[in-house]
Amino acid sequence: MGFKSFCFKKSLWVFHFGGASCNNCDIEILDCLTPRYDLERFGILLVGSVRHADVLLVNGSINMRDKERLIEIYNQAPKPILVVAIGACGCTGGIFAEGNTFAGPVDKIIPVNAYIPGCPPKPEAIIAGIVKLVKSV
Amino acid sequence: MAADLFYFFVFPGLLFSAVIGAFLSWFDRKITARVQFRKGPPLLQPFYDFFKLLLVKETILPKQGSPVIFLLAPVFAVFGATMSAVFILLPLFNITTGFKGDLIVIFYLLTIPSFSYVIGSLASGNPLAAVGGSREMKLILSYESTFLLVIAGVIFKASQYFDLNSIITIQHNSSPFIGSFSGIILFIVGIFCIQAKLGMVPFDMSEAETEITEGTFIEYSGAPYALIKLTKYIMLFILPAFITGLLLNGFVLKGINILWAVLKILGIVLLLTLIRNTNPRLKIKQAVNFFLVWMNLLAITAIVLAYFGF
Repeated sequence: MGFKSFCFKKSLWVFHFGGASCNNCDIEILDCLTPRYDLERFGILLVGSVRHADVLLVNGSINMRDKERLIEIYNQAPKPILVVAIGACGCTGGIFAEGNTFAGPVDKIIPVNAYIPGCPPKPEAIIAGIVKLVKSV
Repeated sequence: MAADLFYFFVFPGLLFSAVIGAFLSWFDRKITARVQFRKGPPLLQPFYDFFKLLLVKETILPKQGSPVIFLLAPVFAVFGATMSAVFILLPLFNITTGFKGDLIVIFYLLTIPSFSYVIGSLASGNPLAAVGGSREMKLILSYESTFLLVIAGVIFKASQYFDLNSIITIQHNSSPFIGSFSGIILFIVGIFCIQAKLGMVPFDMSEAETEITEGTFIEYSGAPYALIKLTKYIMLFILPAFITGLLLNGFVLKGINILWAVLKILGIVLLLTLIRNTNPRLKIKQAVNFFLVWMNLLAITAIVLAYFGF
């Protein structure tokens, strides 16, 4: 394991992209940063600009309008960027999978590194997913 | 020449102040975490952040705007911070630089990082960065006069000596300036000026994360953003050190006094962190009002008190 990938693992900054979400996953993601779970002890921070991001969290079902914006944001992010699909909607489409406006699950639009299923996933599940993602880098 | 380069790159300059500043940045984040009943990041977290940005991440240039100025602005910021670190820390460590009037040079060098942020944000061609840049400019206009009044008050108390070295010597020979009414007022005003210079929370409207998504730094990624982080680390060390030199007796590097020197810096950073954690973000109008009316009034009061010997 080189010095570069060690530093990368130790400081993952997260940018949060919410598609057409029902907000449950958003709340659970914010839960991970609260005192009870405190992801900052692993160096994980929530950043405001995608230019600073190392991880792109995508949740909610991606509809026709979100698709262009998701591709735009993915292209604007500095590489290497890891993409995590959170929740049933992000991973497979969930109950919206056969909807009219549904534009495919996240991995049909941009490459995805990790999937965290659940409706919504518990904060523990999100942390477990992040740990697996960090191990795979 | 070799000694000058050593001063600039290694001992009081770039390397030393960056390492100390990175540890202070960790201290700031740890205290923030403890205030919120969290555990906080590990000790080497600022170094991981810096090396990740410098070595791993890609640098993206803006399509509109001027790429050359966009890339040069962080370099100027690091240069300004390092030069002021040299001029502030040499007298504090009792190495005589032998030139009079260095307070004015320090004052100008300390403004270079903020101005570079403004230039870089306006060169990026992003509308949110332009909003951030204009706010930063207004903030500079409001706090610089106050900071100048603080320095003027200290010069007045030190019987009109213009260099940091003699100000520290005068305090060593009598008592620290903070031991008087005017000294306490100058210290309070100085702390607020530092808070605004560092862009910490009551005065972070130029890089408001939730409102204009990091404002001035929105377009920076990779190595230029690493340089901006480096500037922030250096500034977090040298501004408390400057206030220590002006009002709190400077450093004495003998025996137990080294502990006092460390505690002074940590105490000031702790104060800044606590102010940051217990206040919401001000509007730019409120911040300008705060500095131009109230802080200027306090600073002038302190100078008048110093004139009457309090």
